[in-house]
Amino acid sequence: MTDVPMVHADHIVKRYGSHEVLKDISVTVNRGEVACLIGPSGSGKSTFLRCINHLESINGGRLSVDGDLMGYRQRGDKLYEMSPSEVSRQRADIGMVFQSFNLFPHMTVLENIIEAPTRVKGVKKATAVATAFELLDRVGLAHKAKAYPAHLSGGQQQRVAIARALAMSPKLMLFDEPTSALDPELVGEVLDVMKGLAQSGMTMIVVTHEIGFAREVGDSLFFMDGGVIVESGDPREVLTNPKHPRTQSFLSKVL
Amino acid sequence: MDPTTEPIKAVKLRHPVRTAFAVVILLLVVLFVWDAATRDAYQWPLVGQYLFDRRISQAAVVTLALTILSMILAIVMGLVLAVMRLSDNPVLKVVSWVYLWIFRGTPVYVQLVFWGLLGTIYRSVTVGIPFTSVEFFTISPFSAIDLFWLAVLGLAFNEAAYMAEIVRGGILSVPRGQDEAARALGMSWRQTMLRVVVPQSMRVIIPPTGNEVISMLKTTSLVTALGFSLELYARTRAISAQIYATVPLLIVASIWYLLVTSILMVGQHYLEKYYGRGVAPQREPEDDPELPETETATETTGIAGGNAEAVPPPKREHQ
Ligand SMILES: Nc1ncnc2c1ncn2[C@@H]1O[C@H](COP(=O)(O)OP(=O)(O)OP(=O)(O)O)[C@@H](O)[C@H]1O
Ligand SMILES: [Mg+2]
Repeated sequence: MTDVPMVHADHIVKRYGSHEVLKDISVTVNRGEVACLIGPSGSGKSTFLRCINHLESINGGRLSVDGDLMGYRQRGDKLYEMSPSEVSRQRADIGMVFQSFNLFPHMTVLENIIEAPTRVKGVKKATAVATAFELLDRVGLAHKAKAYPAHLSGGQQQRVAIARALAMSPKLMLFDEPTSALDPELVGEVLDVMKGLAQSGMTMIVVTHEIGFAREVGDSLFFMDGGVIVESGDPREVLTNPKHPRTQSFLSKVL
Repeated sequence: MDPTTEPIKAVKLRHPVRTAFAVVILLLVVLFVWDAATRDAYQWPLVGQYLFDRRISQAAVVTLALTILSMILAIVMGLVLAVMRLSDNPVLKVVSWVYLWIFRGTPVYVQLVFWGLLGTIYRSVTVGIPFTSVEFFTISPFSAIDLFWLAVLGLAFNEAAYMAEIVRGGILSVPRGQDEAARALGMSWRQTMLRVVVPQSMRVIIPPTGNEVISMLKTTSLVTALGFSLELYARTRAISAQIYATVPLLIVASIWYLLVTSILMVGQHYLEKYYGRGVAPQREPEDDPELPETETATETTGIAGGNAEAVPPPKREHQ
């Protein structure tokens, strides 16, 4: 069982109309690994993340998380679409953190965090609140439990968003440029939380432009361009010694 | 002078035109009021006599009941129609569109007359298998419905079309990321709508809905079209016909309409405040002193939230 990779993307194709955004993407992320995804704007990084938790459905290939196909059930060699409630159940085990935080503005920090555990998983409110405070403590924001998101800085909002995702006890965390919308001086506090999470053994896929983070924390790195994985491997190796000319030119711009 | 922190002492700017204009308006108002107070046609003693007449205050309650019940029904129907219109299901989309087309495309008064005639049009309805002689039962569906409820239905069916557009505008005003975040957490479509999208759209939905309520209060005066005569306007007309005095009872009706409108406006104010929480500028809650202070430098940076942009209210189109 432990041999099953956490994420196994096999020849993924995704089209919007006739526009092929993902062309034959194959990625494997093992349990406890941190995979970093870099690449120029429009290369399909966000789309790939959204396919992993089935916010978008794929047009070709096979995508499984923890051994289970996302959004489909296979019987014999026939695929059956899952019902919306089954897909929701699958998503509940996968945390996602967005570039624009997407906290619920009409709920306090605490309400944001306990919403999904109580409504989706049926956790008792008292238990959910206790867990929420543990998580807030972990991201250093326990004293902001009663604040509304609008009263927090961007860095604080993103840390709450991470706590909110963690409250569902996910087996996998997806990060879509979590620090891109932040002022430079607030990036560090979010990266620190993510590093702590990686050290605790969480499996993570991180779309990021933070090359330092990828080098320090990443177990693997994928460089994506035009809907294909151009180059991948050990981050320290790829970042210092990129083989492909497109990787080289991208890195020379980012670094 | 030395630019110190000393408070500014300056001669206030004068606005002579503004002042003159105010004086003229005030004079006109005084003249009008004085004239009205002494003019016999207003029959002020009758106004005083009928203002607190039981029949009229009861009619005001009926009007308020018509307004509230038909608005509640209209809001629920509007919500359903808006969600149908936004769904992926093409059948639901078309049904919603046709409903709006019909109910916004014909005058309320005409619709109300139709509601009044339903009992005549559908005097009997036979349920059976078409093109055979098999008949299960025959009913007269509208004979049992009280005129009051017919009026509620008539008003609500018309209003639902307007509410649908208001609700749709509100739902569309919620940023896409909200829906995405909720679904990524494993929330179902229902939970996403009820817990995340609809509460946020309220801020955009409530102000125009408040206007709709007030407009509905006045539209209730049209329900005589279907034969209902116990609301405020019909009642005052009936009394003025008895005592041969039109103007004083019109004034009485207007005072009651204004009174109820004012009460509704207060209610609207508090609703807006409630649904503006977390968005409208308000005092930051005090940090809980009981909890350990775990953060240091970032606390002082007060950068506004990324997903709290103000959303413009949807454009209002009306009767
Ligand atoms: N819903 C959609 N409908 C149509 N095209 C889309 C949609 N979402 C994304 N695309 C297109 O897919 C391509 C990849 O988009 P994606 O957001 O995945 O890129 P990205 O690598 O995340 O870029 P960025 O760094 O700017 O976030 C783009 O060309 C985009 O225009
Ligand atoms: Mg992106």
